[in-house]
Amino acid sequence: MHSENSGPRSDFSLLKETLDTYAKVPGSLITILQKAQDIYGYLPKDVMYHIAEAVGTTPAEVMGVATFYAQFRLTPIGKYLVMSCQGTACHVNASERVSAAITAYLGIANGETTEDGLFTLEHVACLGCCSLAPVIMINGEAYGNLTPDSAIAILKDIRKKEGVEV
Amino acid sequence: MIRVIIGEGSCGIAAGAAKVHEAIVAAMGQSEPFALGSTGCIGMCFLEPIVDVYEDKTLLRRLVRVSPADAEAIVDAARTGDMSKVDSITISDDDAEFLSKQTRIALRHCGLIDPTSLEDYRANDGYEGLAKVLSTMTPEQVIEEIKVSGLAGRGGAGFPTWFKWNAARQSTGEPKYLICNADEGDPGAFMDRAVIESDPHNLIEGMLIGAYAIGASEMIVYVRAEYPLAIVNLTRAIEQARAANLLGENILGSGFSCDMRIKAGAGAFVCGEETALIESLEGKRGMPRLKPPFPAQKGYMDAPSNINNVETFANVGWIMNNGGAAFSAMGTETSKGTKVFALTGKICKGGLVEIPMGKTLRDVIFGIGGGVRDGKSFKAVQMGGPSGGCIPESLLDTIIDYKALGATGAIMGSGGMVVMDETTCMVGMAKFFLDFTAQESCGKCVHCRIGTKRLQEILTRIVNGEGKEGDVELLEELCVGIKDGALCGLGQTAPNPVLTTIRYFRDEYDAHIRNKKCPAGECVALRTYSIDPDKCKGCTVCAKKCPANAITGEKKQPHQINADLCIRCDQCRKNCKFDAITVE
Repeated sequence: MHSENSGPRSDFSLLKETLDTYAKVPGSLITILQKAQDIYGYLPKDVMYHIAEAVGTTPAEVMGVATFYAQFRLTPIGKYLVMSCQGTACHVNASERVSAAITAYLGIANGETTEDGLFTLEHVACLGCCSLAPVIMINGEAYGNLTPDSAIAILKDIRKKEGVEV
Repeated sequence: MIRVIIGEGSCGIAAGAAKVHEAIVAAMGQSEPFALGSTGCIGMCFLEPIVDVYEDKTLLRRLVRVSPADAEAIVDAARTGDMSKVDSITISDDDAEFLSKQTRIALRHCGLIDPTSLEDYRANDGYEGLAKVLSTMTPEQVIEEIKVSGLAGRGGAGFPTWFKWNAARQSTGEPKYLICNADEGDPGAFMDRAVIESDPHNLIEGMLIGAYAIGASEMIVYVRAEYPLAIVNLTRAIEQARAANLLGENILGSGFSCDMRIKAGAGAFVCGEETALIESLEGKRGMPRLKPPFPAQKGYMDAPSNINNVETFANVGWIMNNGGAAFSAMGTETSKGTKVFALTGKICKGGLVEIPMGKTLRDVIFGIGGGVRDGKSFKAVQMGGPSGGCIPESLLDTIIDYKALGATGAIMGSGGMVVMDETTCMVGMAKFFLDFTAQESCGKCVHCRIGTKRLQEILTRIVNGEGKEGDVELLEELCVGIKDGALCGLGQTAPNPVLTTIRYFRDEYDAHIRNKKCPAGECVALRTYSIDPDKCKGCTVCAKKCPANAITGEKKQPHQINADLCIRCDQCRKNCKFDAITVE
């Protein structure tokens, strides 16, 4: 087993079922990575080594695929994933101001996670709710027709729900 | 019987449809004389959430911008049959025209049927086209019928569908694959999502007919991971179709066997390109292949494959049912049938619009969409996303036709139509798209990988007020290089947003470069803040709010802004009670 992780080893048993099903089916690498990310919340390095061994390819190949697609994350994410839409309709409807307000309020830039582990901010290509632009999506739920203030209000509500001082 | 149907597509839910649904359920008694149900997206996004009240198949009322507070009145109206109780939330005649002016084929069931019900789809002519094909037509006759219809690829390129099907049919090798490109990556387009969410069986039926025509034994739908509801609804529909012998072995007793599966994409714009999509299906980095060999010869797993877009397939069942001639009776010489557009941006009435080819852009934007909102004036419409271009007001009478739109420098594309008003900076728009393509370039070809990056840098320089004489010419030169040098369609068309904005809005580029001004007032770096001494009362609020200490002045005396220190954060203007801050 190759591993360059300094942290605790990931629990590979969680991935066993997925690998039993897909490891020998040609062309399943993306599916395996998607399932692994569902399980671990991101793609830990030792998991990628483990997957490479199971499907009979190189860690470089796995890493190459994982870094090609926007969906895959190599670091853990917060409890709430805030996806800020950067689509054309959102751009035309001043989504930059919403993104800037979120960054200022949470103190994190695109791709970063708050220190308390509550929020991760991710700028994404179109979410497909263009007629409600500008839009953000938090853990799969879309919020539309936002202003900087209404976006902050949504985040404040979540903080309150989580018992964080606002 | 009265039925209350709630529109619960993704957009409807985002606008609050699920909360309306909860409120209606809460307002209902133990037993009510009416039924409650849900449907997908009707495409009138500007009126969401929408609730329809039917008596059997007749629409009694379409209720719009419904809030949970309206639940009692809706339940009361449905219970008593007295529709006057919901007068205040009934759609206006003017808004109802948004739908009545359309001709719907691909979207024919959207917002009308229950996407979770196979019975509902079948009760609306569903799978009749397939039954006809399997019982009375040979694969060659199917391809001939598609040829008669003139159907062309709705994903963007507009390639004749029959030609691709025929090539895959003729290709030797087993098995063959039929693939649906549902990786709707063009920011601003969402018709494919609407079809899959709201009418998933229509996609399955269209694909089955295609699979029969080319002789495929497996169908794969490559769906964007950003469309969770579409994946849920399509997964359910596939299971229903399997249980009803519409998928699997010996479909409807015809001897034809074919199955279907979904592959969720992982977020890469380039995977909308068909050979990149195939690479991704094979679990690799989604980088386009060299053509030839075309997918019809060597596609997925090196087997003959055919790829069409969702909207293309959504027309196929109708064509088989109504005949190719009925489809080609609509449209222009070179573009047949209808096309769906996602009308968004600074538009009064945004949503999904399906109209026959040959209508003008003005018909869509002003006739159906109600023009530009907030009393602003129309500047341009962006069509075709990152591969398309911006069309100015002078060309609004251009007809919707692959050739006519191509002549403007934009493209038909997958149907994104983003309307811009006078406050949208066109250089900023070009930069927006290049930020996108530079980010999404797969990196295979130098011209695209480095070229889009250089375009992005030059555009960034211009919007920051650091543009130089010759920058526009440099942009044009780079654009030509990228068009010539890139391998795939996405790379070759990446310069289009730059070229069309230079072609139609050169004056805006010049204003940024020469006068350091943004005519639309959008580019922050080029704004100048000043204080009108006649209006300023010297209240000192702005000076206190200014984070850069750029504002000075004595109390009760007009203040001044030091332009060198100003960071253009807009705090002074926002906080001034006397409207004394002017921005140029």
